[in-house]
Amino acid sequence: MLKFDIFLSALANGLLTGAVYALIALGLTLIYGVLHIINFAHGATLTLAMFAVFVAHQAFGLDPYIAVFILTPLFFVLGYALQRFVITPASHGDDGNILLVTLGISIIIENALLAVFRSDTRSIDVPYGFSVMEIGPLFLSTPKVIAFVATLGVAGLLWLLLARSDTGKAIRAVAKEKTGASLCGIDVAHVYAVTFGIGTACLAIAACLLMPTFLVNPRVGNAFVLVAFTIVVLGGMGSIGGALAGGLIIGVVESLSGLYFGESLGQIGIFLIFLVVLLFRPTGLFGAKA
Amino acid sequence: MLEVQDLVAGYGAMPVLRGVSLNVGAGEVVAVLGANGVGKTTLNRALSGLIRAERGSIRFEGEAIERLDPAGIVARGLIHVPEGRKIFPNMTVRENLELGAYRRARANRSRNLEQAFTTFPRLREREAQLAGTLSGGEQQMLAIGRGLMAEPKLLILDEPSLGLSPLLVEELFALIANIAAQGLAVMLVEQNVVQSLELAARAYVLANGEVALSGEANVLARDPELEKTYLGM
Repeated sequence: MLKFDIFLSALANGLLTGAVYALIALGLTLIYGVLHIINFAHGATLTLAMFAVFVAHQAFGLDPYIAVFILTPLFFVLGYALQRFVITPASHGDDGNILLVTLGISIIIENALLAVFRSDTRSIDVPYGFSVMEIGPLFLSTPKVIAFVATLGVAGLLWLLLARSDTGKAIRAVAKEKTGASLCGIDVAHVYAVTFGIGTACLAIAACLLMPTFLVNPRVGNAFVLVAFTIVVLGGMGSIGGALAGGLIIGVVESLSGLYFGESLGQIGIFLIFLVVLLFRPTGLFGAKA
Repeated sequence: MLEVQDLVAGYGAMPVLRGVSLNVGAGEVVAVLGANGVGKTTLNRALSGLIRAERGSIRFEGEAIERLDPAGIVARGLIHVPEGRKIFPNMTVRENLELGAYRRARANRSRNLEQAFTTFPRLREREAQLAGTLSGGEQQMLAIGRGLMAEPKLLILDEPSLGLSPLLVEELFALIANIAAQGLAVMLVEQNVVQSLELAARAYVLANGEVALSGEANVLARDPELEKTYLGM
């Protein structure tokens, strides 16, 4: 029999991992909720961000927790520009084209990274990489605890931005009523690009939080984004709270099923839960009724 | 204030408007009438920059605006309250009104919010309610209130009476008369002929994408041609 301590530790680790999943899903769900498109470039952009953290550390000696303050605005601008100057013009207003354009972007990013960095798996060495915090009976990885707290902070800030600021209100207005927003003088193209920028900036934050304990190769983002897609659907497409809760649930499920079914089968639990939720709540846990 | 000259606009190859000319003076209430499908909504969409005019000119306070985007047109004080209201269902009544002042008159937002609540007391009662849960009449008032938040110089009302009960239409037209009495220019685009002609000083009647009849509202109201044009006979 497994001891309760081990269960508790698996639970805590699941929550910590789930937080980063949630952060990645947050960007995806925000973009879906406002632009009503599925961003297939999300995974490749995460990979790009992780390589950016790697390069910042190797070439400039920047710690990921400092790089986050440079990479987040940088990726916001990247996302803004991608949406405004590549995705919109290239898709000519057709949603099907948008899917293909984002898929194309992801292929370009992945292959460019492959050309520059080869397919080797790399990681960075930070002094606190293996440091551990003792909380009650639990020993938790310090970088993962930091990632957890930072994710909650980012989700809170994002919620505040959407609920309180004029930009956030414009984003919510455009999400549901584009024409009405235009007639209030809201620049819809700008709001779309800002939203895409915020979603992309979330990836830069996630990358900085991941790199101290994780590795990077040109395909690493895909694994995360498959899980993030699941979270977005599970939590309810477009729901911020849903992405956060969904991320934590998925993290815990993955960790516990890893514990009981064996490490390599951890992801089976995710998709079992996913199917069950979809069977009984097709709009997701927090999704609005269709 | 608003001068439209030979406006041609539409979607794709088939123009819906085939050379419309009309004007609205400062402080004037002008009705634009016509049955379904004659191009009333297309006219409004072209005026507010949602679609591009293919030919012709639109001048607002002497300035050509036919190449401006909707935000630029809102900034100049030409405010369009669209058909179907287009309020933000996921946001509160208060947030909807505040967004009316997103581009224009932002500095006076709290003062104008108070004024909108005075004009539409029912919106004050529902201030924190989600706009999607309002009744049709309340949603229409919210849409007009949102338009007023931008301190319009000219307010275009597109089919405000659509889908409302006769009693509510009565109430709504009284409210519009009140707003117009304060000196605001209003272009009232309606299918509801009788009440619109009572409210407006002048009117244009559209048929097949052109102005078929125009003149003083009280003269038009007795014109036997009106019914014929309107019904397309």
